[in-house]
Amino acid sequence: METLYKELKQYFDVDEFSVQKASLAFLRVPKSQLVSLLTHMKDIRGYTHLVMVTCVDYLEQDSFLLTYLLHNYSTHCDLGIQVSISRQNPVMDGIHHLWEQGRVYQRELFEMFGIDFPGSPDVHEPMILEGWQGPPPMRRDFDTKAYSEATYSHRPRDHKEPEEYMKQQLYPED
Amino acid sequence: MSDIEIKDNPDIKSELQTPPEPGYSEWRKDENTLYNDGLPEEEKDWFCDARPQKARKSVQVIENFLNWARSQSLWILAFGTGCGAIELRPLVTSRYDISRLGMQPRPTPRQANLIMIGGYVSIKTLKRIVRSYEQMQGPKFVVAVCSCAINGGMYWDSYNTVKRIDEYIPVDVYVTGCMPRPEAVLAGFNKLKELIKAGKAEGQNLYIERFDWYKENQKKVIKDWNMPDYNW
Repeated sequence: METLYKELKQYFDVDEFSVQKASLAFLRVPKSQLVSLLTHMKDIRGYTHLVMVTCVDYLEQDSFLLTYLLHNYSTHCDLGIQVSISRQNPVMDGIHHLWEQGRVYQRELFEMFGIDFPGSPDVHEPMILEGWQGPPPMRRDFDTKAYSEATYSHRPRDHKEPEEYMKQQLYPED
Repeated sequence: MSDIEIKDNPDIKSELQTPPEPGYSEWRKDENTLYNDGLPEEEKDWFCDARPQKARKSVQVIENFLNWARSQSLWILAFGTGCGAIELRPLVTSRYDISRLGMQPRPTPRQANLIMIGGYVSIKTLKRIVRSYEQMQGPKFVVAVCSCAINGGMYWDSYNTVKRIDEYIPVDVYVTGCMPRPEAVLAGFNKLKELIKAGKAEGQNLYIERFDWYKENQKKVIKDWNMPDYNW
């Protein structure tokens, strides 16, 4: 994987390379070079399988970290390509022209994190959250407990201490 | 040729030019019709808008016999929303074999009279549950399995899971556990049979009696209500 990183370094501004194990590594790429790097990996390096696209919300650094995980079937290696985008303007280039299934991930990312992918098919259609009107729920500044308490009615709890309760049940005369 | 004839025929022409009827929702409002506000105006004609009526009871002796017969043929619509749906497989197969109780799983709501909610209920699922429940033939019963259906369980602070299923459809029997063993589900079914025989499993009538309350609760959480108010 280190040789791959050195070769990629000649063409792209990749950095923060980290090897997790012999067959898994991650690297960081600027937002503008992501699609060209993915095209390079798919067409030339043999990373033909898009395993997943996922997102982490770094609220403190005011950024989303997108991870595109690719798999190479001939070497059985995984490469995670990470790109950090601004939290204030979460717009990203789509990869549905490279992998058709990418549009499902992009729909999910729009629904859960509010990251827009202009041009991606059906990206603004509801997928899981039908009729959702609140903010994107997987963002860390969304308070799911407060939303739940405001939206749904909770069953009042009939709380019994298990130890006391079982004592009364089993040995009522004590 | 035929087009020309229609255009030249004054009768047909006048029929085509009659003004459209007044809006459906304007002339069909009384206490026994539903508004079906969620449907677009052109689709309102496609669906029945009658309000469901409570089942009439006959003489007590006959009703007892009917209740006994009902309790002996419970056909299950297994709505496997969560992990509790796994427990239906051992129930149906030879070890627990619910066929001996006169129960069997059915594929569609139209053939079933017992809906089994098997776990947590998200908003998207609740819409389908309401639709399936209303499409079932009466008398119909509801068994909710797993703690998630009772009070939300481990999804107690989830943004998309309803906490109490009994605010949206009437539940006859709850089975606690996460997940309950097949024996527990079987005990729940036996309890339901006792309730039916005693004439206490009146969930369907309760649903019709408090229809507006249930609809209000359902529409409060299902924001994109695009189906008729009662799915006949």
